[in-house]
Amino acid sequence: MGQTTSNLFYLVTIICFILALRFLSSPTTARRGNWIGAIGMAIAIVVTLAHSGMHIGWRIPVGAAIGSVFGLVGARRVKMTAMPQMVALFNGVGGGAAALVSLSEFHNMAPEPGHLHGDVIVAVVASALIGAVSFAGSLIAFAKLQELIGGRPITYPGQKFGNGLLIAGVLAAGIAMIAGSEAQWLMVVVLVGASIFGVLFVLPIGGADMPVVISLLNAFTGLAASATGFELGSNVLIVSGALVGASGTLLTLMMGKAMNRSIGNVLFGAFGQVQAGAGAAAVEGTVRSVNAEDVAIMLAYAQNVVIVPGYGMAVAQAQHAVRELADELEKKNVNVQYAIHPVAGRMPGHMNVLLAEANVPYDALKEMDEINPEFPQTDVVLVIGANDVVNPAARNDPGSPIYGMPILNVDAAAQTIVMKRSMATGFAGIDNPLFVLPGTAMLFGDAKASVLKLVSAVKAL
Amino acid sequence: MTHYTQLVVELTILALAIFLGIEVISKVPTLLHTPLMSGTNAIHGIVVVGAMLVAGAADPDLLTGWVGFIAMILAAANVVGGFVVTDRMLEMFKKREPQKKAEE
Repeated sequence: MGQTTSNLFYLVTIICFILALRFLSSPTTARRGNWIGAIGMAIAIVVTLAHSGMHIGWRIPVGAAIGSVFGLVGARRVKMTAMPQMVALFNGVGGGAAALVSLSEFHNMAPEPGHLHGDVIVAVVASALIGAVSFAGSLIAFAKLQELIGGRPITYPGQKFGNGLLIAGVLAAGIAMIAGSEAQWLMVVVLVGASIFGVLFVLPIGGADMPVVISLLNAFTGLAASATGFELGSNVLIVSGALVGASGTLLTLMMGKAMNRSIGNVLFGAFGQVQAGAGAAAVEGTVRSVNAEDVAIMLAYAQNVVIVPGYGMAVAQAQHAVRELADELEKKNVNVQYAIHPVAGRMPGHMNVLLAEANVPYDALKEMDEINPEFPQTDVVLVIGANDVVNPAARNDPGSPIYGMPILNVDAAAQTIVMKRSMATGFAGIDNPLFVLPGTAMLFGDAKASVLKLVSAVKAL
Repeated sequence: MTHYTQLVVELTILALAIFLGIEVISKVPTLLHTPLMSGTNAIHGIVVVGAMLVAGAADPDLLTGWVGFIAMILAAANVVGGFVVTDRMLEMFKKREPQKKAEE
């Protein structure tokens, strides 16, 4: 197939990808959109196979088969709670593939003088560097989320200086390549150095900040794909990479805003280790504990109930029980809604997926800005496994490390029931004054067991 | 078309794609941000095109051959896994069932 014809088909792919994202604007069309995207991808693959000068050989079919099996098994088996790891992994392999393509391009082009245009070599370096950072960083993010290594920030003296030195070295090698050096070892320096940087850059970031990191790595892989497009003169790669880059960047900024932290602070702050409790007013007061029967009565005779799910709910696998409770309450004509904080879960939108899996209808899931004005009319708020996102200190204690972070104003509701395993602090290690407010009562115990107790108590009424 | 004319065209495409991306993505509700992420994950699987060009080179030397092969594995996992997992997630999003009223 000639270049013009294949470019025409690649244009179809581009349109399919844009439609795929466009259809994601509503849950009713989103699934169809994903299919359109997959069709676009299939077109691109077939067109590339039909390129004149393409030798299919064994590498393409065998590589495709191995990769597809891994992808398919992973995608089918992954639990919804483990989705952040999965996304991190797919991010990583994409970045890795982009870096490898650049490695081979440089290897093949460099020995021929006059073959390398300045802009192409810039693209080669950019794609190799960003792709390798994304690959290694994503693997570390995966390991952290999968709890293969500790989720707490890992820090050591001279960390920032060391990282700075490393990235400076990598950039120097890249600049030497751009300046015209065709030494192959420079490429190795870029790839290895960038990989080490990727590892060191994600290691110090705490588990609570993973939503930001995954979004950022998503953007990185997009940029790497776009750079690969410049390298190969392929519009479809340029556009697709730009779309992914835009998406990842927007999500990163959104997550940063939802935590009221600059991206720089997330990446270099090693949150959860340094600031924990520093300067925050100590929480004093007594905690009121209630039993499941009392809570069941409160819920059954309420008009409006809002459930605030946190990652603790997902860890306890309580989402199905929560849904059952909501069903029982709805039978008693109680209006049940869910308040979803933007950083609930371990990646953007994670909590919505977890609840959708438990068959919670998506029209009952409310965003923070939508639900906050409704709390004053809410009779009972049920906080399940969430802590920092309902901490009023974020609103009124300038000394608190999370001060300024937008929260769910559950303290405006008539009654708040907090379900917690114990009085331990949240992921960020911060005290929560909500627990000692007069309108708050605590229901201690495992989230799933407690919710199941509530279900049977409501049924018995 | 000379090399640099093509570069300018490519940069134009890049700029337009970035703005289009921001426009389209900002219309995606937070409800669907996880599928958005895995969906864009699948889309950056388009590097499979690059991987195929490397793996399908005529008479590759040892490095190109193996690098192309590994890139092919990674990119294929990216494409297949990305689309399948996104579909699995989107399948779960359902509206309040109207049949509930019929039961009452």
